[in-house]
Amino acid sequence: MTTHISEPPNLSLNPSSLRANALTCVRGERTLFTGLDLEVSAGEWLHVRGENGIGKTSLLRLLSGLTKPAAGEIFWNEQLISADPSEYHRNLLFLGHRDSLKEDLTALENLSIATALDGIALTEDEILLALHRFGLRGREDLPVNCLSAGQKRRVLLARLLLRQAKLWILDEPFNALDVRAVEMLSELILEHIASGGMAIMTSHQEIPMPNGRVVQL
Amino acid sequence: MSAFLAIIRRDLLLVMRRKSEVLTILFFFVIVTSLFPLGIGADTALLRKIAPGVIWVTALLSTMLGLQRLFATDFADGTLEQMALSPTPLALLVGGKIAAHWLVCGLPLALLAPVIGIQFDLDASTLGTVILTLLIGTPILSLIGAIGAALTLGVRGGGVLLSLLVLPLYIPVLIFGAGAVYAQSVGLDVGGHYSLLGALLVLALFFAPWATTAAVRIAIE
Amino acid sequence: MSSILDSRSGRTNQLVNWFKFSSPATFYPLAGKLIPFFWALAIIFGIAGLWISFFVAPVDAVQGQGYRIIFVHVPASWMSMFIYIMMAIWAGLGLVFNTRLSAMMAQALAPTGALMAFISLWTGAFWGKPMWGAWWVWDARLTSELILLFLYLGFMALQASIDDPRRADKAGAILALVGVVNVPIIYFSVKWWNTLHQGASVSINKSPSMAHTMLWGMLLVALCFWMYSIAIALMRVRTIILERESHSDWVRTLEGVK
Repeated sequence: MTTHISEPPNLSLNPSSLRANALTCVRGERTLFTGLDLEVSAGEWLHVRGENGIGKTSLLRLLSGLTKPAAGEIFWNEQLISADPSEYHRNLLFLGHRDSLKEDLTALENLSIATALDGIALTEDEILLALHRFGLRGREDLPVNCLSAGQKRRVLLARLLLRQAKLWILDEPFNALDVRAVEMLSELILEHIASGGMAIMTSHQEIPMPNGRVVQL
Repeated sequence: MSAFLAIIRRDLLLVMRRKSEVLTILFFFVIVTSLFPLGIGADTALLRKIAPGVIWVTALLSTMLGLQRLFATDFADGTLEQMALSPTPLALLVGGKIAAHWLVCGLPLALLAPVIGIQFDLDASTLGTVILTLLIGTPILSLIGAIGAALTLGVRGGGVLLSLLVLPLYIPVLIFGAGAVYAQSVGLDVGGHYSLLGALLVLALFFAPWATTAAVRIAIE
Repeated sequence: MSSILDSRSGRTNQLVNWFKFSSPATFYPLAGKLIPFFWALAIIFGIAGLWISFFVAPVDAVQGQGYRIIFVHVPASWMSMFIYIMMAIWAGLGLVFNTRLSAMMAQALAPTGALMAFISLWTGAFWGKPMWGAWWVWDARLTSELILLFLYLGFMALQASIDDPRRADKAGAILALVGVVNVPIIYFSVKWWNTLHQGASVSINKSPSMAHTMLWGMLLVALCFWMYSIAIALMRVRTIILERESHSDWVRTLEGVK
């Protein structure tokens, strides 16, 4: 039975949106794409598709504010993300290819520190509940380097849940997940969308979720 | 503020899980200072004269060794990126990491130095100056060194390049720190040295975190 | 002296119309036209300076003819400092305005600045040997010059180690800015160290007021080095532009580019 930590924040009260205008991305000496427009609002999700090396990851990094575009602007709730980065980052969770977990710390420690660094106050019980939801009961106190690759990705699912961000930018989130974990992630994302959140994802494969829009690079 | 403490707590926790990384730095300090009498001779008058320089230069080199681990692991596993995307200002988190680095690397060096000083036959008041100058100086070394560590993240030849970049910037700290110990040992006034060290510390506290944060962002881009 | 004014106003014009020339494509031909002009100035000032230093300036009572090497040593020191500051300014501008060309200028200036520092150290040694019988003395100025050389080498090494040119630009800029703030601190601390340990001190002149001719000689050689540095930096920046912009159309259509 799925347990919710608390009522998920009703994000549709303040509809949010991310809008990108005429984005141009240059990596090294190659221009990956120019004049790209993109928009996602509360309750929607985007699937960014394209061949290897075409710039999907670069696009996600641009949208999250890690890199600056060569041209174009990005607006969060109609405000430039560079105007108030702290506010934008409060509402954003970016997960890239790397696990972003400290190998020497336990899953529990990783999550409690990550949320503390992001300024979110959570009790240990809430974190444990999230870990248990994703099948990590009994593994919470093991150092992360003792977990399998799939289990590490499940810890990240717990992070998605606990972070309470409106916009999820996920780079190849279904990689290294077994069938059960793929179901869990899809369920999680759909819950998030249903309560007014947004997601932008890349994936080589078809994403097993309905009602997404495709951005083809 | 709580994020600042959280990052310090995290880095200290990580060090506790891998104590060897830090202990090797302290062993390096002890071993290298012992090399000098072996290389130069055990004449106590000579040792007393070279002690300020030897202790300080070895403290510099030991801090340099510890700098490489300041950002490198976080950069490699993606947590540095997450810090840059945190609502907490990156400068605060970077400052916390530098503080943790000092607690783990600089503070033990300052506390260990008097033991080395005894090997060099320094008297009690000079030993006191050794501890005090290192307590003020090692934070400066961590702060300035962090800039170099951030600039060389993920760069080929990182460790040696870091030394080339940072050691010239360490020279004022070395001069005032070792100078204070030397002055104390010959009975001269040390007040001026302390003021200058203090001034360097204040300057470093104000400017180094910003330069480091800018360098981290450049490395992550 | 009108040639000095011309070169200065030429530089000011560049600053005023900055954004017009901030594209490598427009700067490349401009630099090409300016280079011979600066070489000519360098040669003129060089001849004038050397003539004064060898034939006009009086022989020093104590140091004999050997002291004449200061006519190279002092201008080289001045230029090494000046170029470092200019390098930091260009790098800083590149960081603030995100312009590639400013960063390329900083990259172009570094080797020349390092060369000036090296010349200053070498001529300092050649001057020192007859004076004190030692090739090197830990004088405050010479030591500071040595540290400045390390700062230059660090800048060049950092840029050489980073593959991505834009990241190299920005990282180098931070290093240069940190360095330029530290240079006065380093110089002050080395002077302090020198007086504390009563080391040797290099004095340019034993008499309280330097003979006017000597000052003129040094100024002219300094101007020669300055014009030379500009000419060389412009040549180097053109090469850097060609390397870094090699994928763009205007480079491909240049004559002589395969």
